[in-house]
Amino acid sequence: MPVDMRTYLGHVELVNPITTAAGCAASGSELAQFFDLGRIGALTTRSITMAPRAGRPTPRMAETPSGMLNAIGLQGPGVDAFLERELPWLAQRNVRTVVSIGGGTVAEYTALARRLTDAPGVSAVEVNLSCPNIEDRGRVFARDGAASAEVIASVRSVMRYDVPVVAKLSPDVVDVVSVARACVDGGADALSMINNPLGMSIDTEAMRPSLAAVTGGLSGPAIRPLAVRCVWQVHAALPSVPIIGMGGVLTGRDAFELILAGACVVAVGTALFHDPYACLRILRELEELLAARGFHRLADAVGLAHRPPGASTRHRIDLEESSL
Amino acid sequence: MRETPVTPVQVTGTVLTTRRVDAYHALTVVAPGIAERFRPGHFVAVAVGGAQTSMLTRRAFSIHDVKPDYSGTVEFVFTVRGPGTAWLAERRARDTLDLVGPLGRPFPLPRDPVTCVLVGGEYGSATLFPVADVLQQRGCRVDFVLGAASADRVFGALRARRMGETTTLTTEDGSLGLRGRVTDVLPGVIADVRADVVYACGPMSMLRGVTAVAVEFDIPVQVAVEERMACGVGVCMTCVLPVIGDDGVTRMVRSCVEGPVFRGERVRFDDVGTIPFDALGAPGGGSRNAG
Repeated sequence: MPVDMRTYLGHVELVNPITTAAGCAASGSELAQFFDLGRIGALTTRSITMAPRAGRPTPRMAETPSGMLNAIGLQGPGVDAFLERELPWLAQRNVRTVVSIGGGTVAEYTALARRLTDAPGVSAVEVNLSCPNIEDRGRVFARDGAASAEVIASVRSVMRYDVPVVAKLSPDVVDVVSVARACVDGGADALSMINNPLGMSIDTEAMRPSLAAVTGGLSGPAIRPLAVRCVWQVHAALPSVPIIGMGGVLTGRDAFELILAGACVVAVGTALFHDPYACLRILRELEELLAARGFHRLADAVGLAHRPPGASTRHRIDLEESSL
Repeated sequence: MRETPVTPVQVTGTVLTTRRVDAYHALTVVAPGIAERFRPGHFVAVAVGGAQTSMLTRRAFSIHDVKPDYSGTVEFVFTVRGPGTAWLAERRARDTLDLVGPLGRPFPLPRDPVTCVLVGGEYGSATLFPVADVLQQRGCRVDFVLGAASADRVFGALRARRMGETTTLTTEDGSLGLRGRVTDVLPGVIADVRADVVYACGPMSMLRGVTAVAVEFDIPVQVAVEERMACGVGVCMTCVLPVIGDDGVTRMVRSCVEGPVFRGERVRFDDVGTIPFDALGAPGGGSRNAG
């Protein structure tokens, strides 16, 4: 029997829990050469900014063991070009789209959100809180619960009520749970984690930093344990808040791990660079894994690893299936 | 005129032959789907390290040759630069390789039979032979200028001598051909053969020099750039370089999908590795937004 893979992001139903991670699927058309984007739960765009951005200089990428560092610098065409070309392209194809937004000030996020309110085809808005905060001398919003909550509250206040606002959290904080709680209190309908932690590598031939920007975001399987920990902690504290889990998901087993920790949606990022078909493969592997473990619904697996020791899933499922 | 991009495919290829060519390695891989879609200038993105590898990014190689054998083979040439290419160099016949391709925009070809100078630096010349094939089929005259630091790093000298009307070789140490660089001899070759167009592939510094020469002669120059890529399919945004568009605006464009072939004079070689202040969306250009 096929597993019911439907999941919910707030009240938005997704046909399955697989999405792309922000910044890893460009505008969507690049991946559409390989597969029908309608087959994944949602496509998350790169972070859209108000004005066009040229990003950081090259080299922008360095491969690290089981990961990579990137310093792209939110390169993109700006919100006008996005609304004119990219979003309609996705909407025409009925791709459920999570629009990631990035800004330097609260006002910029709010203005972006306002631009998106009338745009058709926005399934959810993901607020990238890891952009440097100009108002606070270059610190990132995500490092501070109050600053994050301010951005979220402002975006929530202008966003259409039926479009969930998702706060994207960074693991580079002392207490991810308190930032998560602040965002939810500020009006976030869901949380996504983790954004890239900051890393660095040095080219030992040139004896200089590998990236032009010196530091960059670390992604790939190298950060998966960090992602599992963050999702686990936040789900334990806020069990009713939907979580988009991401961080080094290469296989269905990796996605399952994040789901067991509490994620109801799983985003695939760096894996797309290695395998353009990664989303579909991971979805298939996840479904097979769930079926092999006797699950009829994906929803039954969300956060399941939190059950107390000794509680048996088998027992619970048996009870559900009995006619008593 | 730009050719429309073809749809790339991902295939599991089987290594047919491996060989050493002086300082380089050449792998011939049975890759149906890629071979039949190939046009000169296309490249492939190859996964390295096997299924359980810790190396996540693909390595991009321009295609040197395609043959219809075994329903389609592709050959690419590379040099060992790190653990990924070292792993590739250890592949043997019947090993499998995960390839995505053909990728990128191929070389635009002239409609009329014209005289073309093909300039290759190091193993960048590998890309030029399929171009030469098609040009000759269209009745073009083809002349080669190949160069490298030393004789063992000049790729394809023999094949160039067989195919080209003339072949000029340069090495920096003088171990083969003329001592010097391709740009030292290129003006003479262009003048002698009365070239109409230049095609070039090689290191960025060479492409800059070749472009300058072609601009001097006021003839078109098509260059295939080498930028480091992670995905090859346009999603990772790591392989950008500043290129001037039809509208005169400089943009940071992806060499994997907008390139790797560009009109030489459109690439701002002096600014590669920077964000020119006048590029669209450059910091300070009205989009001030730290980070």
